[in-house]
Amino acid sequence: MARVAVDVVIKPEILDPQGKAILAALGRAGHEAVRSVRAGKHFDLEVDDAVTDDELETLAGSVLANPVIETWTVTRIPAPTGAESDAGTSR
Amino acid sequence: MSDAVAGVRPVRDAGVTVAGRGSGALGKSQSEQSGTAGARIGVITFPGSLDDVDALRAARAVGAQAVSLWHADADLHAVDAVIVPGGFSYGDYLRAGAIAAQAPVMRSVIDAARGGMPVLGICNGFQVLCEAGLLPGALMRNAGLTFRCRDQYLRVERAGTVWSGRYAPGQHILIPLKHADGRYVAADRDLDALEAEGRVLFRYSAGPAGGDAGEAPAPCGSAGAERLRSAPSGEAERKPRDAYGPPRDPANPNGSLRDIAGVCSADGRIAGLMPHPEHAIDLLTGPSTDGLPLFASLIDALGRSGTAPAVSAAAR
Repeated sequence: MARVAVDVVIKPEILDPQGKAILAALGRAGHEAVRSVRAGKHFDLEVDDAVTDDELETLAGSVLANPVIETWTVTRIPAPTGAESDAGTSR
Repeated sequence: MSDAVAGVRPVRDAGVTVAGRGSGALGKSQSEQSGTAGARIGVITFPGSLDDVDALRAARAVGAQAVSLWHADADLHAVDAVIVPGGFSYGDYLRAGAIAAQAPVMRSVIDAARGGMPVLGICNGFQVLCEAGLLPGALMRNAGLTFRCRDQYLRVERAGTVWSGRYAPGQHILIPLKHADGRYVAADRDLDALEAEGRVLFRYSAGPAGGDAGEAPAPCGSAGAERLRSAPSGEAERKPRDAYGPPRDPANPNGSLRDIAGVCSADGRIAGLMPHPEHAIDLLTGPSTDGLPLFASLIDALGRSGTAPAVSAAAR
């Protein structure tokens, strides 16, 4: 199994009212140093080792994100070395 | 999925008689309620659909045979048109309409729509059609972050389509609206193209009195939820609050770009809108019967062509 992270964010030119609400709340909490907030989504996937980058890009751009309003990044997460029990089986 | 689930499910009826149809509709099967044998209008039920029953009633109210379609059943059961109803399909997980757009029944709807079958998406159904790629743009969280629930004036921008043949261009209609994710967005060039091609079907409006009144629609019928809630405090509550977006036309309830409430395909056969025409077919529960002509338009179009594709030439 390989681990993949997909991060999805609303395009910069599109109004993000949730981000604005969060920014206002941060200001009320005293964190006035924060200038801008854009809210997004983070997905952790476990996929077969054989899955290609192209397929990951396709699934991210067609299901996890809507290309009309969002941008996305796909990141492969390196397997933890020497951790837990499955470390031996997956090198 | 078992056969019992996948098959055509019986129409649930709230037991309310549709205006003008008399009391005979109560307790009859869907086929007995149909007025004309020809038109079969399918309404999809997803997990989380809310307004499928009202859409089925609207279909019967214009004399069609209302056919309930199930999300997991790819068979469209020989319907002449499909309504994708409102609600919160699959809990609006991921994005509103995103998971429903991948449902087996939608695969068939997409194929049939590309072959010319009329399809209407209402509210969540509009979101589903955008997510499925049948209509351009996307629907995002309301600019004010609040769930809007009120009666809303719309201006008919394009008459003469399969879904708007009974309306006059520029006519104002009053129908309910209720959503949290209704802000229509698309790239500027796509919006320009929509306008140029006459694909903006409805725009939010302050009503026939004019768009600069600074006040939401005046009630003209029974009380909607927002009016009931705001009754003691009065006018202030009726004014749209756009705390998180630039104020546009005050009648715009959600920050939709260019006040767009509904769009359609170039030939007008695929249409979507956020407000709910199916809730405005009966004065007992709606603010008007302004929604009824939308469904009657479809019956007109189907009647002209038998089974569909030929109408597009006459549609504009």
